[in-house]
Formats: sequence, C-alpha cells, structure tokens
Amino acid sequence: MSDSEKVSVPAEESKAELDRAFERLYRDHLRDVYSYSYYRVGNHHDAEDVTEQAFLQAYRHFERAQRESNGRPLRPWLIRIAHNLASNYHRDRARRPQRVLDESEPIATPHGTEQIVEGREELKRVMEHLQHLPDDRRDALIMRFALGMDNREIARALGRTDGATKVLIHRAIKQLEEEMSTNGS
Amino acid sequence: MAAEPSSDVESLLRSALRPIEPPENLAGRVEETLSAVTEAAAEELSAWAEELSESELRSLRDPRNWVRPAAAIAAGGVAAGGLVLVELRRRGSKRPSRLSGLTGQVSDIADQVRDQVRNRGN
Repeated sequence: MSDSEKVSVPAEESKAELDRAFERLYRDHLRDVYSYSYYRVGNHHDAEDVTEQAFLQAYRHFERAQRESNGRPLRPWLIRIAHNLASNYHRDRARRPQRVLDESEPIATPHGTEQIVEGREELKRVMEHLQHLPDDRRDALIMRFALGMDNREIARALGRTDGATKVLIHRAIKQLEEEMSTNGS
Repeated sequence: MAAEPSSDVESLLRSALRPIEPPENLAGRVEETLSAVTEAAAEELSAWAEELSESELRSLRDPRNWVRPAAAIAAGGVAAGGLVLVELRRRGSKRPSRLSGLTGQVSDIADQVRDQVRNRGN
C-alpha cells in the first residue's frame, strides 16, 4: 500500500481495528463480566441486565479507554464498569429485602451455579459469610477467586493502589476466617 | 470448631466462587440491544443529518461506518452490523421493551456520532 493510500483510509482502518479489538474484549470477557455481576446481584436475571449494560457502556467509551490504557489489559476497566453498575443496582433497590445467593429464585436454566452450593455445607457457609463482608472486601474476593484477577488488576478495578489492595484482600480473608470460626464453634 | 487456616478459607473460596457461564441467549441479547440503541440513535440523528454537508453525510450513510458490529460478530456469525439492523427492522415495532430505559444511552451515542462527524469535517 502506498503512502497516499495509507493517508486516504486511516479512519476506516482505525475503525476496523477498533471493531476487532472490541470484539476480542467482548468475547474474552463476557464470562468475567457475567460472573462478577452474578455474584454481586445474586440472581441470573439481574446479572444479565448488568452484563448487558456493562457492555453497552464499554461500547460507548471503548475508543477512549483503549487510547488511555497504554497497552494495559482492559479487563479491570470492564469489571469496574460492572462494579459501578452493580453498586447502582443495590442503591436502587436499597429498600427491597436483601437476598443471598442460595435464597434467590430457582434457576430455570442451570449455568453451573447449583454445583457451587449443592451438597457441601462449608461452601454454603463461606458464601453466606462472604455476603456479609464489607462491600470492598467482598468485591475484591469475587475478583480474585471468581475471575482470577491479580492484585494489580483488582487495584485498577477498584481504583486503589496495589499495596492497599493487597491489604484489603488479606483482611478480607482473615475476617472470613475469624467469622467462620466463631459461627462454626 | 477450630479456626480454619487462611489457606483453607482460600480453598473454599476457590471452590465456591467458580466462574459462571453466561446463558446462551445473553450474547444475542447484548447484540440486539446494542443494535436497537444505535438504530434509535440513527433515528434521532436523521433530522439533524439533513443539515449536513455531502462529505459529512458520506460518513453517516452506511450505519456500519459508526455502528460497531463487534457484538454481532461475537454473538455467532452475523458478520455485519448492517445485517443486524436489517433484522431489527424486519421485526418491526417489536423493539425490546427495555429500550425505553435506554434513552440516555441513545442520546449519548447520537452525541458521540455528531462529534465524530464534526471532527472528521474539521
């Protein structure tokens, strides 16, 4: 391709590349966004809504996010969108009774959730205690264990420093340990 | 019961917090909503577009110039956003009811397109 041709189509090339990048982001992280949304809102119906909204917002701001990422992975940015939407969800429904995961409505189409709580009391217990952790501790643990995010990614998703995130996760695990011990004795 | 070591709690968390596969219809739903929002934005832009110059119009004429088809592609083989729009039109007025809650998104996207066209014109 000549230089003049390059000059004549840069916007289209850029646009096509942007589309491909968004496609990759969507394909690679749909499960992450859905998993995080589910563990935050506690039922599949609302998790679908949050996931849908998250990708709509991502779609709108993708070009800027990619430009400002300096090549860093965009998963933390995507999860942060879902995180904020889930927080809004809880704020909007503050007057409604809170439900924990295993009390939510029956799941019409199983997505593997049943296995999480089925049969093993200790898993039920850890999920119950998780739901009662302070929000930031609970959210960090969901990112770490459900999504496999490292401290740096979690820090970016929560808008904290790496060090503060490391302390946050440590304290979250310690609190869970203590509360499970207390309530189990 | 003795306190469980931290590693046990972490092991429990790993088992309890498994990734959850999204329902099969979710990808299609995201695609449809994205298309619906962008089409609604196009409708909002239609009156405004009458005032555009020919060069500005060229950048808007094909929705694929600004509707990213990524979600459609990822959803399984619909290789062009234009096809999604055609399909949406085929469904006539059966636009998803949740679109009524997306007015802000429509306006935002319409604004975004206006900005893009203006920037190209500069």
